[in-house]
Amino acid sequence: MIYLDYSATTPVDSRVLDAMLPYFTEFFGNPSSVHRYGQRAEFAVETARETTARMLNCQPGEIIFTSCGSESDNLALRGAAYAMREKTGANWILASRAEHPAVTKTLYHLEKYEGFRIEWLEVDGHGMVSPETVSKAICDNTAVVSVMYANNEIGTINPIRDIAEACRSRGVLFHTDAVQAAAYLPVDVQELGVDMMSLGAHKFYGPKGVGALYVRRGTPLFPHLTGGGQEFGLRAGTQNVSYIVGFAEALRLTGVEREKRTAQVAPLRDQIIGTVLEVIPKARLTGHPVARLPHHASFVFEHVDGNVLLTLLDAAGFACSSGSACKTGTPEPSEVMNAIGLPRAWGLGSLRVTLGSGTTSEHIESFLSLLPELVEKARRLK
Amino acid sequence: MPKVVVAMSGGVDSSVAAALLKEQGYDVAGMMLRLWSEPGKADSNRCCTPDAMAQARRVAGILDIPFYVVDAKDVFRETVVEYFLEGYARGETPNPCLICNRKIRWTFLLEHALALGAEFMATGHYARLRREADGFRLLRAADRNKDQSYVLHVMGQHQLKHALFPVGDYLKPEIRRIAEARGLPTASRRDSQDLCFLAGEDYRNFLRRNAAAMFKPGQIVTRTGKILGEHGGLANYTIGQRKGLGVASPVPLYVIEKNAVNNTLVVGVRDELGSTGLIAREVNWVSGEVPPAPFRAEVKIRYTAQDANAWVTPMGENQAQVRFDAPQRDITTGQAAVFYQGDLLIGGGLICP
Repeated sequence: MIYLDYSATTPVDSRVLDAMLPYFTEFFGNPSSVHRYGQRAEFAVETARETTARMLNCQPGEIIFTSCGSESDNLALRGAAYAMREKTGANWILASRAEHPAVTKTLYHLEKYEGFRIEWLEVDGHGMVSPETVSKAICDNTAVVSVMYANNEIGTINPIRDIAEACRSRGVLFHTDAVQAAAYLPVDVQELGVDMMSLGAHKFYGPKGVGALYVRRGTPLFPHLTGGGQEFGLRAGTQNVSYIVGFAEALRLTGVEREKRTAQVAPLRDQIIGTVLEVIPKARLTGHPVARLPHHASFVFEHVDGNVLLTLLDAAGFACSSGSACKTGTPEPSEVMNAIGLPRAWGLGSLRVTLGSGTTSEHIESFLSLLPELVEKARRLK
Repeated sequence: MPKVVVAMSGGVDSSVAAALLKEQGYDVAGMMLRLWSEPGKADSNRCCTPDAMAQARRVAGILDIPFYVVDAKDVFRETVVEYFLEGYARGETPNPCLICNRKIRWTFLLEHALALGAEFMATGHYARLRREADGFRLLRAADRNKDQSYVLHVMGQHQLKHALFPVGDYLKPEIRRIAEARGLPTASRRDSQDLCFLAGEDYRNFLRRNAAAMFKPGQIVTRTGKILGEHGGLANYTIGQRKGLGVASPVPLYVIEKNAVNNTLVVGVRDELGSTGLIAREVNWVSGEVPPAPFRAEVKIRYTAQDANAWVTPMGENQAQVRFDAPQRDITTGQAAVFYQGDLLIGGGLICP
């Protein structure tokens, strides 16, 4: 099998695993304990927080460890929405139409059960949100704005700096979901100007089950797990020490190796895009041709069932994914495919190929030699 | 070893089929059809509830084989559900499982299996297959009580060439034991003729929602044309039905015919139910060749019917006349008549009005 689905998840880097292992058995203490077992564990968590803060160019007190990127999104949106409503009465939330379900479903919930109002920001045909769109939508009642840094399905990178600036100039909180972006893009929060930023370790060779939320000092936020006072009272529960250590080590390595990793995947990504568009009829690139994640190639093929294509690819030994992938075989175009205006006949036939540490040019050669035939096969089965 | 796709349901039979093939060394993958349900009723579709799918996925995990779901919603609605509705509109009692086996399982799914590079597609059906010098033979299952060859009579040589029925040589209790020994789930799908998309409901409710026009009142008459009362739509009745006719009569009356042309329900006494013959259309001859002469056969007129001895006379390419030795009750238009000689399945077709 050849794995070409690094945006879904990545293997844990062996260096990360080595850093984690002692905290399962040897240093197993509870960071909240007074004794030295606890002190050792607390030291590990706080060191991880410092490392993370250094990588994001912020203060350790601005890092909240969570269980995953989705939890970070939930904490940011719910926490800011409730806090802003209490503070100023603001009850509008702005978010792009191409967000991850961790954002969209959270906002649906806030709208349906909590009385918030949501305005969905239009994206262009590449799935990009313009700072002007955000500026125009902001009003006195805007509690928080959320626009993802880079899109998971189509790889498009949003102009986060400019959007953050548009929010800041109006005094409105801005959150970005950087879960996909962090593996390859700069995550300096001062440079980006964001108030909150979500991260998940398993997208950059860390373990599943741990994430973080950057929260700029002074940002009003309600807790979403209440209990002991962990994570500055915003996220109760005994810290997952070994995973937090893994998160920080994975993020550190990503910072150190970012250029090297990009140089490995970007040319292969370009080769995939070039060949697919040249060789396969009725194929389109989804997402931005230039402003896109360097490891990310995504397409739609007209009159192809994306799920059938994934099945054929899997049987042929390639693990990819699709914007309409559904394990229960009930294909519907994703909201992102709809947001970028793709007709159904195209939107159902999406394919996402995402590269990573294990990807070689031989893999891509063999993938590209087979894909055209499988697309044709999938078309015939339609 | 050749690659084989197993059509899985999450039930014991297809799970054991997959396990047996894997143990025989085949390169096995599981596949499951996502069939159509009425909007909002996906949870109760008998063939592919989320539970059944999770179960099949779990079995694939236990056996360590790949598992894929194939969406067949549109093609199922266009063929099977339409066929069901049209059949009732014609006053028939259609058997959608037959067309599902022909058009969905052994055409649509088989194409997907072959496209994956499989040489064979296996199912958990109780039936047997023999390769002879001049082609493939379809036989009743070793376990006569569980035999499901009736619904497979639609298969031709092309399909049999790619088919495997790994459980057909076993008795059901043996299949259960095999499942238990391997830690596989042992739940069976209910062996009923409930249709998967009816979601456990009475078919009349489904028809009312989806083809309300079918419930046009008409007259209840005797063979001789005597008007006995009014019916609430032919789709409410099946051949041989006695209860719920709403007609007062000194002797029990049975539905003996549903005449869609003039929307009348023909009723009669018990003796009128029997018939000594039928004509079958869309007949499939499993060998691929029309038998040259009339032949003796045991004929089943429903999935659950007993064998009835008869002469079968081929008429042209795809029709046949059946003459029973003794009159048969409840010959129902739209169900299949399937011809056997001993264990050998010769062919079968749909019963004409």
